Amino acid sequence: MIPHAIAMLPSTAMLPSTAMLPSPAMLASTASLGPKFALIVPEIVVFAGAVVCAVMGLSQSRSTRAGVPWMAVATLVGTFVVMLKVWTPEAAAAAELPMPLLGKYVIALLCVVGVGHVLASAGSVDRAIERQVASGTGAFDPVRVISGEFHAFLLFSLCGAMLLCHATDLVWLFLAFELCSLPTYVLVAIGRGADRSMEAAIKYFFLGAMSTATMLFGFALLYGATGTLELSAMREAFQMQAQVGGIGTVAIMGMLFTVIGICFKLAAVPMHFYAPDVYEGASNPVAAFISFVPKVQGFVTLVLLLGTVGWDASGNAAIPQVVAAVLWMVALLTMTLGNIGALLQRSAKRMLAYSSIANSGYMLTGILAGPAIGVDATLLYLLTYGVANLATFGSLAAIERNGHEVDSLDDLAGLRVRAPMVATALAIGALSLTGIPPLVGFWGKLDLFMASAESGQRALLVAMALNSGIAAFYYLRLVAGPFVAEPTPRTQGVAPVQSLWPRVSALVFAMGCIVLPFAANQLKQESAAAAMNGPAAPPAVRTAEK
Amino acid sequence: MTLAVLLIVLPLAGALLCLAGTERTAKTVGLLAGLVTLGAAVMMAREFPAWGTADFWPNQEGWRLFTAFGVDFLLGTDTVGMILILLTALLIPCSMLVSFGAITQRQRGFYAQFLFMEAAVMLAFLARDVILFYIGYEFTLVPLFLIVAVWGGSERRVASIKLWVYSFVGSVVSLVGFIYLAAGNASAHGGQMTFAIDALSQYGASLPASTQWWLFLAIMGGFAVKVPFVPVHSWLPLAHGEAPTAGSVVLAGIVIKIGQYGALRFAFPMAPEGGLALAPFFSALALVGILGMSLVCWVQNDVKRLVAYSSVAHMGLALLAMFAFNVVGMEGAILYMVNHGLSTAGMFMCIGIMYERYHTKDMEVVGGLMQRMPVWSVFMVFFAMASLALPGLNGFVSEFLCLMGVYTADHGVKTGFPGILGPTYAFLAALALILGALYVLRMLQRFVFGPLREPHDAQHPPGGEAHGAHGHHAVAHDLNLREVAAMAPLAIACIVIGIWPKPLLDTIEPAAAKVVAPYVELIQRAPTAEKPSDGLALNAGSPLPASPAAAGEAAQ
Repeated sequence: MIPHAIAMLPSTAMLPSTAMLPSPAMLASTASLGPKFALIVPEIVVFAGAVVCAVMGLSQSRSTRAGVPWMAVATLVGTFVVMLKVWTPEAAAAAELPMPLLGKYVIALLCVVGVGHVLASAGSVDRAIERQVASGTGAFDPVRVISGEFHAFLLFSLCGAMLLCHATDLVWLFLAFELCSLPTYVLVAIGRGADRSMEAAIKYFFLGAMSTATMLFGFALLYGATGTLELSAMREAFQMQAQVGGIGTVAIMGMLFTVIGICFKLAAVPMHFYAPDVYEGASNPVAAFISFVPKVQGFVTLVLLLGTVGWDASGNAAIPQVVAAVLWMVALLTMTLGNIGALLQRSAKRMLAYSSIANSGYMLTGILAGPAIGVDATLLYLLTYGVANLATFGSLAAIERNGHEVDSLDDLAGLRVRAPMVATALAIGALSLTGIPPLVGFWGKLDLFMASAESGQRALLVAMALNSGIAAFYYLRLVAGPFVAEPTPRTQGVAPVQSLWPRVSALVFAMGCIVLPFAANQLKQESAAAAMNGPAAPPAVRTAEK
Repeated sequence: MTLAVLLIVLPLAGALLCLAGTERTAKTVGLLAGLVTLGAAVMMAREFPAWGTADFWPNQEGWRLFTAFGVDFLLGTDTVGMILILLTALLIPCSMLVSFGAITQRQRGFYAQFLFMEAAVMLAFLARDVILFYIGYEFTLVPLFLIVAVWGGSERRVASIKLWVYSFVGSVVSLVGFIYLAAGNASAHGGQMTFAIDALSQYGASLPASTQWWLFLAIMGGFAVKVPFVPVHSWLPLAHGEAPTAGSVVLAGIVIKIGQYGALRFAFPMAPEGGLALAPFFSALALVGILGMSLVCWVQNDVKRLVAYSSVAHMGLALLAMFAFNVVGMEGAILYMVNHGLSTAGMFMCIGIMYERYHTKDMEVVGGLMQRMPVWSVFMVFFAMASLALPGLNGFVSEFLCLMGVYTADHGVKTGFPGILGPTYAFLAALALILGALYVLRMLQRFVFGPLREPHDAQHPPGGEAHGAHGHHAVAHDLNLREVAAMAPLAIACIVIGIWPKPLLDTIEPAAAKVVAPYVELIQRAPTAEKPSDGLALNAGSPLPASPAAAGEAAQ
């Protein structure tokens, strides 16, 4: 099976990391595994759920196979509950995590949005095979069904993103990073069952492997510059270097390679070229997934790594100037090129791919604003983007034209006649991405704008505002198409997909865009607590200071 | 729930009811919701204790939803806002009433959009917090876009997109200004983020002049798109031309007023030194708008576009008067908001009613309607005269005050109205009166009087148009009771304000004085050496303004 072959390939890419294993730093870090295990229970739940999903998908019984998505949903709900129980400030402090409450926020975010992603793909995986089996034209063949694998890989990827937050050293960071990445390659390949998705998967995988190698090279340089793999020790080493004449060139090179590698996950310039092609080739639910989860993965990694080079608990942003300059350029180019690219598209999916690039650019401005002001804004924006993005992509996943995925913007004309609920969800999602108040996207953008202003990033603030203006133009197509344009002969075949759940997912998350602002205070407090560096202080105090 | 909250919640509820109901009930539900909101607005106006002061009321703390962002849900308004709330509450039901016949497609959506817009506008006028204002201000775009794009004329696509992009970019530019100000304020006050208007105004006025210059440019630049000022005005005539009648009414009567209100409430108090420094620039733009647009009007054959372009010219005069920075001019400008809202809305209604019958807005094709529709002609001439500033009607009072403010501003020492600009500006602006008379009279002459001209296909109007084909009559009938009922309130308001403006002027005077006060102080403080020599002299050492109410009386 090709998907399996792809899953096997990366082991070669991981070789360098296994070579690092016996390092003394790694051995030292095993001493603190006790309290770490206490926090890892949610990930264990996800992992177990993934395994169960994979097994259930091979069952002879049709109803068991149909239960796979529900198993995935149950897993995520269970993870959320377990996380709430496990992730206390005391436990986080005992585990000596660099950002104690980051994991809580990220796991909650991934669970909630993950449920939406599972629902958005419900009914699309294995549809043809299940129909054949049901009608008796085809026999059940465990080699052909993929639902179990699909959901298992989806959960594995989420598990990897969650594990990132526990990272205290580069090895853990890298392993979690790859656990998050590898399943997404497989998801792209199996989500649609067409040649295009295979092409997209290959492209995604090879470029992904290259970016991983770049990142790993950066890690190696960082290790060379500090002699340690542990984040806290690395931080101390850098502080010492900074006091005696600045962080060395090797370390800065390492940091830059790492950042460039992460840029792939963020779909940020200069590693953004793959995004439109891969999104277009992937099925709609998978495109939704890879436009969100890798961003979480990338930003968590970026925040953790930049934390080592100079951000301190008091919130002073002191990233080395070169790194800051590179990030500044990346942010500016990413948002501008993303938005301009989106303007030129006729395909809804490609347009949303470019929009996802642009949104990464916005979020990078939060990183540049520093830990006390900006990281919480980035985390909040991740949430608002995840919700609105799922409402938009989920809406696309919830309709089809003559049994094929909807792709062109022309297919959306007059959608309100054929699928009023989906059209509403699509429009609300697009308006939220535009940043129309009072939808949730506005609050995310407002927070980023405020962070840029507070940190004195005037140029980025203005660039972001102008880019929002460009974005307003192309997001409008997703409102005007369904609601203003009249149906055309082309849209005759457009109808909601058979399964109810993609529609429900899109609509629920569209409602989320309206309802979440009512919880804006709590969201902001949670993200502020999550963005806190260093040993835990009571979150309430920090937010009051802000 | 207090009245202030009701003003926002009632239209929202009405909009949802419209959407939940059927096509047939939508207009009734919509009109009822509009009337109930009007009732609430009138009750609030009766209770309003701050008439004749510059105070805000009720300053009621709502939900503490966004405090983590520094946004307070504080509702309250002063006399200016209260008057605009009344205008909004009046225009919405009137505009619905006038579109009962014209809108035959997707009625639920249509009336819901108007109520959504009303709720957003009310929020903008009631907000005591910049972001709260921004929520209302920005949200008006969505219903407005849909109104133009769905129910508009043949070029609605371009018109709606242009409307959306211009307005969005404009408001984001303002937002950047606000956020920059708020961030500075936060760092100056120990990191406490706030968007309260008062706090930001206080902080903004204390900034160095160069910073204020940029701030004023950003905030006012954003609102300039909405007002609109000349280089960024081109969306408005297009939007007016393509919007359905009711859309034009609310666009001219309410939406562009938010731009002027924003200038008055935010741009002026938040960066006085910047305002003073940029006044010549914006005044010049206003003058270009006044004169240029008046000339454009002269050659328009499309009646609706003519009124739209005249709108740009009129708002230019109002803004010019604001930039004179004296109480008379400011009073005139505030009154102008109301008067322009009433008379232009009336004209758009008349044109819309005519369009329903003839399906053309071209003066070459249709004319001499006095013979066919005498009652309609009375209204048309009446609103045209009000807009032309015929003495005795409302337009005259405000136009006179505006010009007086601009003229006297240079002679602060003698007249007691310190300010900038001066006779040169007033002279140029007054040219527009003459041009105004020319184009309005030309329009009336061809359109209302003269030989009767009707399009040949009046009996067989093009069916299935977005405006809806109504009026399969051999002969166009005159106004029916519903149409009279939609326009009569506006006409009455025009007459009342025209004959007896004193109470209104008295009551907005303190608010106007409050806006002008920092500028008067700055002008008086400015050393004589800085006097520019080109007739824009700043008035050094002039006394405080004498009672501008006297000017109001003079206007009568």
